[in-house]
Amino acid sequence: MLAFLENPRLRGGIHAEEHKQLTTDKTIIKDFPLPKKLYIPVQQHVGKPAEPIVKVGERVYKGQLLAYSQGTISAPIHAPTSGKIIDVKDFPAPHPSVLPVRTVILESDGQEEWLQKHPAIDPFSLNPEEICTKVGEAGVVGLGGAVFPSAVKLNLGRKNQIHTLLINAGECEPYLTCDDRLMQEHAEEIVTGIRIMLHGMGAPKALVGIEDNKPEAFLAMQNASKAFPHISIEKVPTRYPMGWDRQMLRYLTGLEIPADGRATDIGVVVHNVATARAVYQAICLGQPLISRIVTVSGGAVAHPANLEIPIGTLISEVLAFCGADKAKIQRLVMGGPMMGDALPHAEVPVVKACNGILALSSQEIEEPSTKACIRCSSCVTVCPVGLLPLEMVSRIRVNQLDAAVDLGLKDCINCGSCSYICPSNIPLVHYFKFASGELVKRQQAEHKSEQTNRLINDRNQRMERIRLEAEAEAQKAQEARAARLAQQAAAQAAKESA
Amino acid sequence: MNNKVISGPHLVATRRVNDIMRQVIIALAPSAAFGVFLFGWPALYLLVITICSALAFEACCLRLKGVVATPHLRDGSAIVTGLLVAMTLPPWAPWWIAVTGAAIAIILGKHVYGGLGQNLFNPAMLARVALLISFPIEMTTWINVTPLFTGPGILDSLNLTFSGLDNADGITGATTLGMVKTGFSQNQFLPDSLNHYSGFLAFIGWERGSLGETSTLLLLIGGFGLLRKGIIKWHIPASLLATVFVLSSVFHLVNSARYLSPWVELNSGALMLVAFFIATDYVTSPNTALGELLFGMGCGILIFVIRAWGGYPEGTGFAILLMNAITPLIDHYIRPRIYGRYRDGKPLDISPQ
Repeated sequence: MLAFLENPRLRGGIHAEEHKQLTTDKTIIKDFPLPKKLYIPVQQHVGKPAEPIVKVGERVYKGQLLAYSQGTISAPIHAPTSGKIIDVKDFPAPHPSVLPVRTVILESDGQEEWLQKHPAIDPFSLNPEEICTKVGEAGVVGLGGAVFPSAVKLNLGRKNQIHTLLINAGECEPYLTCDDRLMQEHAEEIVTGIRIMLHGMGAPKALVGIEDNKPEAFLAMQNASKAFPHISIEKVPTRYPMGWDRQMLRYLTGLEIPADGRATDIGVVVHNVATARAVYQAICLGQPLISRIVTVSGGAVAHPANLEIPIGTLISEVLAFCGADKAKIQRLVMGGPMMGDALPHAEVPVVKACNGILALSSQEIEEPSTKACIRCSSCVTVCPVGLLPLEMVSRIRVNQLDAAVDLGLKDCINCGSCSYICPSNIPLVHYFKFASGELVKRQQAEHKSEQTNRLINDRNQRMERIRLEAEAEAQKAQEARAARLAQQAAAQAAKESA
Repeated sequence: MNNKVISGPHLVATRRVNDIMRQVIIALAPSAAFGVFLFGWPALYLLVITICSALAFEACCLRLKGVVATPHLRDGSAIVTGLLVAMTLPPWAPWWIAVTGAAIAIILGKHVYGGLGQNLFNPAMLARVALLISFPIEMTTWINVTPLFTGPGILDSLNLTFSGLDNADGITGATTLGMVKTGFSQNQFLPDSLNHYSGFLAFIGWERGSLGETSTLLLLIGGFGLLRKGIIKWHIPASLLATVFVLSSVFHLVNSARYLSPWVELNSGALMLVAFFIATDYVTSPNTALGELLFGMGCGILIFVIRAWGGYPEGTGFAILLMNAITPLIDHYIRPRIYGRYRDGKPLDISPQ
């Protein structure tokens, strides 16, 4: 009834200053100097960490399996180059906390000696199951930043009735251009990857959504897909967060994924455009995912660029290569400036999730001073999910987390549009992350108290059982004693009578 | 909670609270300046007194709260409040009306609720209504048009502002709405009351009225400026004006001797000022687009009802305050639909296509 009030296709969003001109017309640099040491975390995906199978001192080939995937949602990790394993230990992860995670440390020998590759001669002669297996074995994960194991998604798609494969080429984050460049330079590989994915799921058609600020990428993709009418390249408006798959899906198809559901529930599977190319590399070249294209940009970088970087390279080495001025770096961000994580230092490795490294200068980062909310409701207008950020924050401030949850806290995607637009500089997303963290803590505490209660119960039952047993024993002993006494008495009586 | 925020986003938009306030002041300026031109020096003094006292009261309140006042004064909100209060006052109102108005707006309208962003009622409208009820004579003494340099001089005007207006009869008269209301009480019908009414002059603003409310044209220009800059959204002004237009059209068609034409309604009183600058006040209007439409519609209905059948010739102030009181209710019931959910919050049904 009220649908006419909201554009069913596109809601909220912002148009942030782009900064993409820094790197958008620079070809991808492929000869990044091989670092001496690579630090390869075994957890670079959503799900269970991979389990290392290499020993310290072992020599490995490029592309050799370093750690195998465990459990249903996981991905294996491969050697980005040939060399010697010098350690498997905890090492800081590229995360705001830089907490250490298990990491394989590989000393390169500079030979780049490949393990024998097994490319598929004709990928379309493989059956879908084989494609999923091969993609899984190559350690391909979603390269848009969510790093969900791609094979799991393809498998889900294979088991569900899929009518559309949506390829997300939104790249709505300011500064980032790695997908843009990838499409301009490797459109054919991407299209082949898309065709393989379609084949792997038995889906009839693919939609590729590209923001209209990337006309060259759009043209390149259109040319590459001319021969394949079931792949259509679509323009979508440049409006952050268009790269949020649900926003793009709604814009292109009008479909909406239920709040408690997945895309496959409505017959759609969404993959990032760089993932499509990784699938191509896995199937057609037999190459596992051992490098990725990263945008290095920001005011503190002398030579902003898109680089193909081996997984495990320290970010500090990437920054040095691009001529970053350490003194000028006000904030170091992994990912885009809207949703990326601030890193406390650069001695952490590039991982599969890393699509951007931004060294932002003080001109780009403002240290905002927070003012009172004037209820301008800009945050409501820009929220792509349809939440009431200002109301949620006012609840969180007085610690009414349940009220915030009622307002939709759990539906928040932390896209940051509200914080971006707020004229009072209220760090709304920060509040939401804080509240979500508190909720998790609360849940854990509840879980713990439940467990404690269960243990107490168990103990009480055990004690009761022991008590009953002891009683029974005592009873028995008493009976035995009585019997013995009776016997003795009887014997006595017999003796006496004798 | 951690004050050093390093969670994203790492970029922020450049528009700040003071930018918004500055834009509002710029949008109000033409109409305020025209008021000064139309009613002479006393109007200028009134403006200056109201704004300065608003700033002074703001500073006092902030000091009482124990915060350093200067950065807050610089956000411009007190200036906007003062300016709006002045624009709704009769142009030759005495100084104490201005000071009392500013005090009511800043102290009772804003700080007793906790300051910027916390108030339930629009401070300027609260001040205007309180003054109208408390000092009906001073608040309904409407000056004839006396363009700058034709009326009292700079010093005479000072005297006028600070010692009061004597022998006002010669230079005062009723506003259009007032004339009509008085006409009804004397069983006069509209055509008689509107003898000298000129739609064109009313549109330009060449008529009796409050300091900054007379010119429909200049207020429209300012309002559209705010719309274009994205400071306000179209929902409230559009639904408010459309409601007044539709209601007055219907009643005027039914009985044109009793009800004013929509053209007169739209050109009269504080309607334009209220539609673009008062009803759109962020703090006291709903958060959602639908809520804003309802809010505007409610204001429009109340304005028309009070004007047509109420005891006062003009109803904007009362209408706004009443709707302000309903705003939290609107915000409670009207919420945006969350992605993937129905309006009631349940997840969408899964229906594979």
